[in-house]
Amino acid sequence: MHIVFAASACISILAVALICIFLFANGIPAIGKIGVGDFLTGRQWKPSNDIYGIFPMIIGSLYVTAGAVIIGVPIGILTAIFMARFCPKEIYKIAKPAIELLAGIPSVVYGFFGLMVIVPLIRSLFGGNGTSMLAASVVLGIMILPTIIGVSESAIRAVPESYYEGSLGLGASHERSVFFAVLPAAKSGILAGVILGIGRAIGETMAVVMVAGNQAVLPEKLTQGVRTMTANIVLEMGYAADLHREALIATAVVLFVFILIINLSFSVIKRKTADN
Amino acid sequence: MNNTSAAAIPAVKDNSTSKAHFTSKLQSVLLGGAVWVAAGITLLSLLSIIIYILYKGIPNLSLELFAPQYTTENLSLFPALINTVTMTLLSLVIAVPLGVFSAVYMVEYAKRGNKLVTAVGITTETLSGIPSIVYGLFGYLLFVSQLKWGYCMMAGALTLSIMILPLIMRTTEEALRSVPDSFREGSFGLGAGKLRTVFRIVLPSAVPGILAGVILAIGRIAGETAALIFTAGTVAQIPDSFMGSGRTLAIHLYALWNEGLAAEQSYATAVVLLVIVVLINMLSSFIAKKISK
Repeated sequence: MHIVFAASACISILAVALICIFLFANGIPAIGKIGVGDFLTGRQWKPSNDIYGIFPMIIGSLYVTAGAVIIGVPIGILTAIFMARFCPKEIYKIAKPAIELLAGIPSVVYGFFGLMVIVPLIRSLFGGNGTSMLAASVVLGIMILPTIIGVSESAIRAVPESYYEGSLGLGASHERSVFFAVLPAAKSGILAGVILGIGRAIGETMAVVMVAGNQAVLPEKLTQGVRTMTANIVLEMGYAADLHREALIATAVVLFVFILIINLSFSVIKRKTADN
Repeated sequence: MNNTSAAAIPAVKDNSTSKAHFTSKLQSVLLGGAVWVAAGITLLSLLSIIIYILYKGIPNLSLELFAPQYTTENLSLFPALINTVTMTLLSLVIAVPLGVFSAVYMVEYAKRGNKLVTAVGITTETLSGIPSIVYGLFGYLLFVSQLKWGYCMMAGALTLSIMILPLIMRTTEEALRSVPDSFREGSFGLGAGKLRTVFRIVLPSAVPGILAGVILAIGRIAGETAALIFTAGTVAQIPDSFMGSGRTLAIHLYALWNEGLAAEQSYATAVVLLVIVVLINMLSSFIAKKISK
């Protein structure tokens, strides 16, 4: 039986290996055919003319993720502080499962909510047709909240109580003790949470596709439509063939590399926190 | 101390400390306020999503939507509901034994610092960070295209089982680690072997923890879209076998949007999906609460 258990454990190694092999084997040749420069920095995506430049999509993913970070990180960290240090017990009993539920809502429901509520709101406030970078950022900002709150809250809770008490003893108020004594000590844990949130945001597909407008051009305004790498794949994979299909897989390769870098920095920071 | 210095240099010092005192007080109030406002925004966004979907969805629920057949006149969500259940069961049947067994290996069998343990740890962490669209594309390349299965439930289930594997492994490992060593020692002392101890003593005591993980996994499967579009496909009927294509509820909602919005049916699908996910979440936290007691 020992062998059976060990073999099961190897499945995850096998899965990662297979994912890498299939993605790279199908995607890299396309990048070679299109040309690395043309593929990564080309500003035109015209599959009908065999022009495949994913620069607008890379920038789109980065913009939308940055927007989600700007909206989600401050709210997320402050909520985590609330949960760890300010929340009355009665409220905590409701708030904790509520935040877990926020993590459990399917992304397609987020997308649908964004389409029905946030997009019309942006349309009436700023004009345009509403499906935009801003809409995608808001939806993603909400979606990454539970990730950031969860990781940050446990990081704040892991700070020794003596930090807080020492600060109180020096005459600082509750708020100042939490913000200037406890919070700095939880810095790297919170950073890990933010990175995890960034990973979620850049890899999110369904919610973004439904609200972002998906024009494959470089956006100039927040209220303009934008297409992310994930959206590019999901929109065209259904009917793509030949080089077009391979170019989409190559888009996934680029996304995968982004994710690997994000994962790596997350585990480095986590290990650093564990060492301290 | 403070009193004497205040007495020595009365006016100036007093003024400055009270000013500093005022700014620090103001800062405290602002910081405290910001924290409450942020928590309010978080909870408000959750509430507005849930209330909006319920408010718009419930009036659109009708018996016709649960008709056994999906037709162009009646966009029934019933086949999608059944497919969701099938997909969930099929993925769990594959992923749960694998996940539990590998957790047993990691916790009960492997020696600390074992190279395999490190490799499994790193790859599991990698798996849990991969976005679902990449899983979907991988499933498409391997099962649908390389193995020539075409779009089918089996391809979807295999893809999803890889996706939920890290979740099951992590929760099972935690559950196994929280089983006290005295249980194992007691079992060994009574003459039971390693395998018997694992299956008769350790695993049964870890069941609630494993169950909480499995329920979380069910939630992820029920809500998954991106990994299924290009593996299980989007056919709106109940397939005859696992090798046929079928859409789950989440894909149904996406497909309704993609095919041109059928608002009423979308609202109804969203509310059914949301209710399922909320119930699953409540069940999971209920079990988790039971364990911690």
